[in-house]
Amino acid sequence: MKKYLERLYNGLVKENPTLILMLGMCPTLAVSTRAMNGIGMGLSTTAVLILSNLVISALRKAIPDQVRLPAYIVIVASLVTVTELLIEAYLPSLYEALGIYIPLIVVNCIILGRAEAYANKHSVGLSVMDGLGMGLGFTVALTLAGLLREVLGNGTAFGAQVLPAGVEPMGIFIQPPGAFLIIALIIAVQNALGIKTRQRKLVESGCDGMCAGCTRVCDHAEEVTGK
Amino acid sequence: MNHNLLLIIISSAIINNVVLNQFLGICSFLGVSKQMKASASLGVAVIFVITIASGVASLLYDYVLAPLGLDFMKTIVFILVIAALVQIVEMFLKKKSPAIYKALGIYLPLITTNCAVLGVALTNVQDGYNFIESVLSGFGTAVGYTLAIVLLASIRSRIREEDLPAPLRGAPIVLISAALMSIAFMGFGGLSF
Repeated sequence: MKKYLERLYNGLVKENPTLILMLGMCPTLAVSTRAMNGIGMGLSTTAVLILSNLVISALRKAIPDQVRLPAYIVIVASLVTVTELLIEAYLPSLYEALGIYIPLIVVNCIILGRAEAYANKHSVGLSVMDGLGMGLGFTVALTLAGLLREVLGNGTAFGAQVLPAGVEPMGIFIQPPGAFLIIALIIAVQNALGIKTRQRKLVESGCDGMCAGCTRVCDHAEEVTGK
Repeated sequence: MNHNLLLIIISSAIINNVVLNQFLGICSFLGVSKQMKASASLGVAVIFVITIASGVASLLYDYVLAPLGLDFMKTIVFILVIAALVQIVEMFLKKKSPAIYKALGIYLPLITTNCAVLGVALTNVQDGYNFIESVLSGFGTAVGYTLAIVLLASIRSRIREEDLPAPLRGAPIVLISAALMSIAFMGFGGLSF
């Protein structure tokens, strides 16, 4: 039991995918205009992540090593398509708000990253908990960014007015530049508190390890320069 | 007509910049922009792949997926086609043009996971673009990506010499630079034709 709870703690705090590992920056920046969008995107990704970890972990002995990445991509893309259709049918307003970023869950580095780093080596139960922990960690980070942007840029939190009427909201925060600014500030606060982000350093190849393991640019550069 | 096609390129390259406005391809934008040379090489590889991928995806959608009513399969088909396409482009260049292969080499296989490629293919379908419009929009988007990453790389080469407050070092200052670039690019939003 303890092992399973440790997975949750790991995903939410110790290796928070967005705040510590700096994975999945595209959706974090793009849909954090409202706290509600952050929750919607976070939970959709969590659902896909739990199911993909489950399927990949269950099939880990059946999938040949050489074709594992294409196989993972097919599994994840199928799950994303199902999720997209469900959201379109039952939550049309969320579908409208998230738009193209729902199908783009396929290329969210957290999902393939967890498949490679965890699900293909561990039991189904642990992999599901890992997916849940990582997914919730992503949801919390997205909602935090969304909440900050919504309060500063629109004066509301989850749609309810929180800033007093005399305070003019700073519209820039719900515009694209605000996304970069808020994430920069969150990471700066973390740095000031001494919470280290875990980026791999690969300076010589031009990569500085942000989003490591996601673009695979850095992995590949590592192989090439290592030779 | 020509007016319209030009508008597609300018709008996808500058007004709706793929990185600064739509947040696609952020990972490589932040991760590889440390060095000018790497950024420029990645930019060229991205132009190459996105332009071809947009064309292929558009043909596939118009002539296979749409007539067969398999619209909902587009995400899964596009991602596989992009992955295969990148492999083919890589093999082709290795054989036919070793010089280009050497320059783009390490960046080609990784573009598969760059969400900008899939993003453009899906947006083109959503906007109902035909083949030519899709290719141009793909090309414009990739040029916008290259412009953004090269600009960020040059800003970062200046920042490296500066004495920054400790908490801002590393990722935060890069993101703040990107925010300022994004503000600058918002200015293009007022362009009208």
